[in-house]
Amino acid sequence: MTEMNGPQTHADPAENRWSSPKLTRHLRKRQRAEGIFKWCGAAAIAFALSSLAFLLFSTVLSGAGAFVATEIQLDVDLTGAPFNQLAAPNDLAAPGRQAALDAEAATALLKEADYRSLVKDSLRALFPEAKGRKDKRALGTLVSRGAAGELEDAVLADRSLVGQTVSIWLPADDEIDLFRKSDGEGTERLGDQKVKWIDELESQGRLRSVLNMAFLTSGDSREPELAGIWGALVGSFWTLLVTLLIVLPLGLAAAIYLEEFAVKNRWTEIIEVNINNLAAVPSIVFGILGLAFFLGTLDLPRSAPLVGGLTLSLMTLPTIIITGRVSIQAVAPSIRQAALGIGASPLQVVAHHVLPVAMPGILTGTIIGMARALGETAPLLMIGMVAFVVDVPSGPTDAATALPVQIFLWSDSPERAFAEKTAGAILVLLAFLIVMNGSAVALRRRFEKRGS
Amino acid sequence: MSTAEIESTSDPADPSGTGQTEKAKESSRLRMSAKGVDVHYGETHAIKDVNLDILEGEVTALIGPSGCGKSTFLRCFNRMNDTIPSCRVTGEITLDGGDIYSPSLDVVQLRARVGMVFQKPNPFPKSIYDNVAYGPRIHGVASSRAEFDEIVERSLVRAGLWEEVKDRLISPATALSGGQQQRLCIARAIAVEPEVILMDEPCSALDPIATAKIEELIFELRDRFAIAIVTHNMQQAARVSQRTAFFHLGTLVEYGATDEIFTNPRETKTSDYITGRYG
Repeated sequence: MTEMNGPQTHADPAENRWSSPKLTRHLRKRQRAEGIFKWCGAAAIAFALSSLAFLLFSTVLSGAGAFVATEIQLDVDLTGAPFNQLAAPNDLAAPGRQAALDAEAATALLKEADYRSLVKDSLRALFPEAKGRKDKRALGTLVSRGAAGELEDAVLADRSLVGQTVSIWLPADDEIDLFRKSDGEGTERLGDQKVKWIDELESQGRLRSVLNMAFLTSGDSREPELAGIWGALVGSFWTLLVTLLIVLPLGLAAAIYLEEFAVKNRWTEIIEVNINNLAAVPSIVFGILGLAFFLGTLDLPRSAPLVGGLTLSLMTLPTIIITGRVSIQAVAPSIRQAALGIGASPLQVVAHHVLPVAMPGILTGTIIGMARALGETAPLLMIGMVAFVVDVPSGPTDAATALPVQIFLWSDSPERAFAEKTAGAILVLLAFLIVMNGSAVALRRRFEKRGS
Repeated sequence: MSTAEIESTSDPADPSGTGQTEKAKESSRLRMSAKGVDVHYGETHAIKDVNLDILEGEVTALIGPSGCGKSTFLRCFNRMNDTIPSCRVTGEITLDGGDIYSPSLDVVQLRARVGMVFQKPNPFPKSIYDNVAYGPRIHGVASSRAEFDEIVERSLVRAGLWEEVKDRLISPATALSGGQQQRLCIARAIAVEPEVILMDEPCSALDPIATAKIEELIFELRDRFAIAIVTHNMQQAARVSQRTAFFHLGTLVEYGATDEIFTNPRETKTSDYITGRYG
């Protein structure tokens, strides 16, 4: 109260009014509101960041294993049945047509060999105590089912191996791989016998961890240790290429026409509203449209990146048109007037002055639209890009799948080892998305610097 | 203000031909002429039945309070109003006797013959050289590099900018000062050798020194081009122009020799505006 009385005794009535308890309370209230708002904002950001960190951390944790594979060293005896028929490797190198024919025959012969039993035999040689049928079968599952194929490839690639016992690293089964990565968890699942074998292999130095080249370079497979993302990546590449080739010219032309040439009337207004609405249509609807039109009416090949790209371009087009129009609108009208005032035709105004200034914005929008298309799954499911495709597609009309669809497929697989492949593929997809969005930001920065 | 401005006020007024206007002589110098021009923006009647001539070797100033339609009227002369969808122009405007609103006339070519300088300096975000060379390039006036070099130099010299920028022709035009940018815009307009130059408040965004330079430039350009200038600044109109048109609420109130309008206006509205009673 004394404080309140204090200023009243002074002659200045204004000071009196501003320091009155009512206004002081009001001021405090405003300050408090501001403080609460700031605190809430900071808390929201902190929550978002920690969620993101947790997501990234858990994905990296479970996905890192996908880039590492276990291999078993086996001593394979290549002196047996088909190999001894083959002439000494030196003769194969002889020049001339005869030699070429021989080489062909030799290849056919090498392909006939039973590599599966060769692998099995070498395993049995390592563990002669495995006698029973059950034990023998269990022994055979230590290596991957693709091991025989790898052995064949190695022999075909290097004929000098023929005729001797070679020591070769072959992919281990996914269960072994998982067991080693999980530090001894899952003993019950493998069985004591297998665990014993693994320990023995380990102590002999016959197990090693290597960079999983199969994951990075091969197509899909039913065997987790052989499955790779390369096929899906190439499929995504073809799909996005088709999308980009359609979306950029079409979207740009539509944006320029609507913004610079179209008469503003009721019709263009309706078109504008509809483009905005199309941008909000769920992507699966575009998938159904693609299914009905591209596959049904036009009879284009099923599961092909061509159709995937066409469908995704339908989905991306509205976004590109909208960002393109916004970028074009943002170009200062004074530049247009200057060009018109000097006698440039409307097309020259656009090509020489509006587009160069609007281009960074248009490109940023395009890259973000493409990033969205890269992560899109639903429409691709509708047009059959969800098939199990082993071969890496060599063009836009080959059957293919895309990266997010591959993730979806793997996440649905019963084999436990596909869990880490799923996370690994998610990491690759995230890396691509980060690179694309980062390049959008970098592009904008560069153009902004140049423009000012 | 400075002595240069006082000179330019007295200089053009006395010896120029405005005082001794012979009918024949005037018609030979007639470049553009507006007869009964009306402009509508949708429902708004912006310009009401205006008759005005633009003569070669003279500066015609359009003055009047804000919103009186002087800029709108100026923009009729190179059909810049075409870009506004709701704008409708009726009446007759001729350039060297030919109707500029006739369907057979190409508006792109018209704008090469009738250049324009805008209120705010608006150089293209390109190099100084490219700014000046742009007009000749799109109109196909020059073809070889040497021709372009010559046009660029001549235009910049005429615009009084050459000495300041000759060493940095490839640097961006947006890095120039406001006054330099406006002189660059004038250089850009005269590079295509127009017959008429329209200036829409060319100095309103500039400081007094830059303004004085532009005014000097207008005074020099007057010999080669017919110039029409819209200005808010009555002293400027008095300094640079030989003829003045006073607009009020879309009508042309008074039109005549500048010294007469400023010293002995016929209409009370004009004298009220000039003496600062309103506007």
